This record gives sequence, structure tokens and C-alpha cells, in this order.
Amino acid sequence: MNIPANLKYTKSHEWVRVEADGTVTIGITDHAQELLGDLVFVELPEVGKELAAEQEAAVVESVKAASDVYAPIAGTVTAVNTSLSDAPEAVNQDAYAAWLFQMKPANAADIDALLDATAYTACAAE
Amino acid sequence: MTQKTVLNETHRRLGAKMVDFGGWDMPLHYGSQIEEHHAVRRDCGMFDVSHMCAVDIVGPDARAFLLRLIANNVDKLKTPGKALYSAMLNEAGGVIDDLIVYFVGDGIYRLVINAGTAEKDLDWIAARIAEWKLDVASIPRRDLSIIAVQGPNAKSRVWQVLPGTQAATEALKPFNSVKLGDYFIATTGYTGETGFEITLPAGETENFWQKLLNAGVRPIGLGARDTLRLEAGMNLYGQDMDETVSPLDAGLDWTVDLSGPRDGIDFVGKTALLAHPQQKQFLGLLLDKGGVLRAHQKVSTAHGDGEITSGTFSPTLSQSIALARLPLATAVGDSAEVDIRGKRLTVKVVKPCFVRNGKSLI
Repeated sequence: MNIPANLKYTKSHEWVRVEADGTVTIGITDHAQELLGDLVFVELPEVGKELAAEQEAAVVESVKAASDVYAPIAGTVTAVNTSLSDAPEAVNQDAYAAWLFQMKPANAADIDALLDATAYTACAAE
Repeated sequence: MTQKTVLNETHRRLGAKMVDFGGWDMPLHYGSQIEEHHAVRRDCGMFDVSHMCAVDIVGPDARAFLLRLIANNVDKLKTPGKALYSAMLNEAGGVIDDLIVYFVGDGIYRLVINAGTAEKDLDWIAARIAEWKLDVASIPRRDLSIIAVQGPNAKSRVWQVLPGTQAATEALKPFNSVKLGDYFIATTGYTGETGFEITLPAGETENFWQKLLNAGVRPIGLGARDTLRLEAGMNLYGQDMDETVSPLDAGLDWTVDLSGPRDGIDFVGKTALLAHPQQKQFLGLLLDKGGVLRAHQKVSTAHGDGEITSGTFSPTLSQSIALARLPLATAVGDSAEVDIRGKRLTVKVVKPCFVRNGKSLI
């Protein structure tokens, strides 16, 4: 399984990268895209939207099924990856390059509570 | 216990993602469902459909039995080899299963029934034989495998790997079959493309599959099988109809022959169908953008509500399509609305057939 060591993760299969300016970038893991199969539609949140931790933030739909993507932590949406509207398959090709949205955390310390690669590896193997 | 076809290990070796389908461990895809879909529309692909069950109906009363068992009239099968799609109904007119019946020769027919319903079907068939006291036997052929090869180049690839098949099948029209040694080759399918469904001894399946693979035929999983059949507007049992649904409401009226009694007897379910005429229309839906139509989503029309029975993303059309049961007054060309995650999206009502022979019908 492809689970980069430098990212944080959630049990619901989102990956989280902390950027230099303190914002976080969020996508779905390689394991998640593999479970879903070919993605054909991505619904992204509105920039400026305030999300609570574990709140539904985005939807990814594969040929097979629709799946919610959750906010890993509380915060405000600062950017969305609009290029996915025309090319949702980018998530299948490289789940860690094809990010979904970025957030400004309400509380930066919340990031520490997320899973590290080792913990997520155990979670994804279940 | 999960059942396996003789190709189970082969699928795994080819990298298939396996899933449970009707109690069978089957390949969902071998990497990309969408690429597999395009391969069938543009070139050809092969499907292990050995989970489906061939059942031979044999005996002096075989014809009389089928006249009464299924909703279409097997007397339409005048020449050996000819095939007919139809449904087996219960007394209430609900669909027990949809099936293909092949006329092999006098006193010999072959049914191909769905995997998930096979046990139920065989019990029903056995009970009807006993009840009607007919001289006929129902023989499930679990000793056989079924490989479907479909796509514009499917026939030529089969001709290439199976000597003698070109001469035997070149002149065959759709919905026909021919027996060639141990191979039963039918011009049927579930994709909207040309091709064959080949029934063969289980022991020869691996070798045949490998020959097709060597000839460049791509293995296709059940995922693409579903998007292909949906684009072709073909029903899936358990989704588009079941025992609670009349074939008349599921777009299967063309496979129901309600004309006079056959040999003085009506088929099972006919009385119920005559008492309860069609209530819904089975139509297609097209969504431009905004998500993917899915089974059980509610459809609002100017004439009342309906329901999506199958929905997916169409790889050929690059948009979402669905099959739906809609109010009788709904017409092709109407607009309707579907609720997806709280948003009401506009869909267009179309004929329930989106793609045939690689071409969009939209």
C-alpha cells in the first residue's frame, strides 16, 4: 500500500498535508481510491465554508458508488482543486497529487491528533 | 459458502479485484473498469459468466412445459438453434427470473438463468414439472462454463482461436446458436455489441480463455459488464425487476406474449397480468452534470413520481445515465428532476437504450 510517511491520515481515508503557511491540504488516500475504483465525479466544498471536524466536506463518485469525504479537523476552506471537475480520474492516477481542498485550521493543535502513516497502515489493513 | 468458477485462480493471477456476486466469487475488474468498458465498445473483451447456469429441459413434453412456464411463446422458435429472451413469472405476475431459452432440437431446449436466482429457479421448475405431471427433465449443467466474447472484433478473434467456428457461425443471425463438438456457440450477449456467448466443458475453459488472451482479447469484469448492459438498455434481475414487479412495468412487455392460450393452456402469471395492466413506463434518463444517477433515487415528473432502478456513469457518453420506472403519461423528451444529496438536478427522459454497436443513440 502506498502510504507516504510525511502525511497525516484519518480513519475515513483522507490524507492531510501541513503546508509552510499553516494551511492543510486534503485528499483521499491511494487505498481509498483503489476501493472506490474509477472516479467519475467530484463535488467540492465552497471556498470560505466553515467545517467542523468529521463534517461532510466533499463527495467522490466512482462508477460503482458515491462516497463522502470528511473534514479531518475543524477549519475554513481556503481553496479547492477545480481541475478535478474535468478530470476526476487524476485521483486514481495519483491520489497524493490530486488534492481535493485546503483548509485553514481553527486550531493547529488538532493536526497532532490525526493518524500517522504507521497508524493508518494498520487501519487500512483491517 | 461462496462458489467459484473454474477460472477463479486465473482471474486472481490476472490481477482481478474479486467481489461476491449472487453467492459467487467473481472479478469486478482487472485494473480499470472504464478501460475495460471501452475495450468492448472499440475492440473486444471476454467475460467469465460461468456463474450463470445452463439448464437443459429434455423430454417428450419439453415444448409443452416451456409453453406454460415462460411468458414468451417458445413456438416462435421454429428452427433449431434459435434463441428467445423471456421471463419466468409467478402466479401474481412477478418476475422469478429473466432468461434465454435456446431451441436445441425436438424435445431439447436449453435455458440460461441468473446466478443469484439459480437455486430458486430450479426448485420452481422442479415443482412445476411435478405439479403438471409432464414427461420432461430439468438438468442443471454445472459441468459447463460460459465465456462471453463481445465487441466489434469478437467474432474474428474467436474464429482465429477455434478452428471451424468461422464456417459454422459466419451466417448466424443474432439470437441464434450452433453446436460445434463440445462447444455451444450463441450469437447472444449483454453488451449491445456483436459477439458470442460460448458454453463449453468446464475442463476446457482454462485453455480456451488462455488462447483468447493470447489473441489479444481483454478480460472484462462484472463492473464493465454492468455499465455495458446499462448503456445497451438491458435489464438486470434484482435491480430493474424482481418477484414484486410486473414485466409490463419493467420494460419487458416485448418478451411477454399475451395472445391466446397455447395448446389450450395459459402461461403462469398471465391471468395476473391481464387483471393488472401496465402501471409504469420503463424509460431512460440522461443527466448532463452534477453527479451520478443511482438506483432507488426518486424521480419527479409533471405526471407524478417515479424511481430509478439502475443508474451509473456511462463511459461511452461521458455522462450519467439511468433506467427508471416512471408514470405512464411520461413521454420521451420530457424533463424530470432527480434529488441527489439534497439538490434537484434536471434530467432528460429518453428511450431506454443509450448505445448500440459502439454508437451513441442519444
